[in-house]
Amino acid sequence: MTVASSIIEVNNLVSHYGDRQILKNVDFSVEQGEIRVIMGGSGSGKSTLLNHLLALLSPTSGTINVDNIDITSANRKTLTALRQKMGVAFQGGALFSSMTVGENIKLPLKHHTKLDDNTIDIMARLKLELMNLSGFEDLMPSELSGGMLKRAGLARAVIMDPKILFFDEPSAGLDPVTSVELDELILKLRDAMNMTIVVVTHELESAFKIADKITVLFDGEVAITGTVDEIKNSTDVRIQNLINRRPREENVDAEKYMQRLTTGRN
Amino acid sequence: MTFPQCTHLHYQCLQLNGEVDLHNSPQVRKQLLNILKKNQSVLVDFSELSYIDSSGIATLVEAFNIAKNKELTLTIVAASGAPLQVLELTHLDKVFTLVNSMADIKE
Repeated sequence: MTVASSIIEVNNLVSHYGDRQILKNVDFSVEQGEIRVIMGGSGSGKSTLLNHLLALLSPTSGTINVDNIDITSANRKTLTALRQKMGVAFQGGALFSSMTVGENIKLPLKHHTKLDDNTIDIMARLKLELMNLSGFEDLMPSELSGGMLKRAGLARAVIMDPKILFFDEPSAGLDPVTSVELDELILKLRDAMNMTIVVVTHELESAFKIADKITVLFDGEVAITGTVDEIKNSTDVRIQNLINRRPREENVDAEKYMQRLTTGRN
Repeated sequence: MTFPQCTHLHYQCLQLNGEVDLHNSPQVRKQLLNILKKNQSVLVDFSELSYIDSSGIATLVEAFNIAKNKELTLTIVAASGAPLQVLELTHLDKVFTLVNSMADIKE
């Protein structure tokens, strides 16, 4: 166990899927109570980084400290205890399809606490109210729209009042009004619960609204970490392309291109 | 750990202090339900409370509802900072009776 000043501290993280290198020497640190947005195009390594922070993947090398625990070497028991302080809202909600919305949301409390059923029921309804889902408790996930599923997933992610909330693509697939409401909710959760929140998103508008700092990944490397203004004023052409939604310049290496086409290898 | 209780006029007050979370909210529940069982109205003193989680809030909701059904009252005294923000986030500041200090409590 090492002592880190930040609640999340990643140093020199290198990660591979098979032979393919996904993350290259990523340094990433988040302060307690901060809202950090991770941005980058598809395939830039955003989700891989998120999965490492959740200890769902093992890195090739590098260290990852979350709440002062080195999660790359922590044992199962330590990880279980840590995970109770972390909430994760997955893209599609990831609810169990055989349980009602209410049962899904109460699951972590039933599993990890000895709270009275009355307390658990009220806690679940409080979170459903917060997500504008009051009255949907007895429905099955298949009866909800995409936006509702996302909010139900968020309700389950925050049911234990986590110290750190990870949120994968909060706005994707939502109508603009719901998306703005979700942004407001993220800000309120941080203020009222002092939650540290890490959001992975493509949505620029949302990122600029909620982020204290933004980390932009390109091809598995951190291109920049900075405040919203620093990102907007960055002279890095890749960042400007991302902000202004310009397509990437294609650099064609003729020899490598031929090799890929003829042999299928990089 | 038991939370300190005191008597103020005809009310029984419960002084929450430090942090109320998953670990000690069952204790808060036990004490609140006990007071209400004796048909006494409650003052929940937030002045020394630095943090309250959802299980604590849910406990207050349950107790508030029991009090209401018994025609008793549950009043929150001196909520500020993070606990007040949690009440606002859940819109319970519009439901519970909140007063600034014990001095505002009348017979």
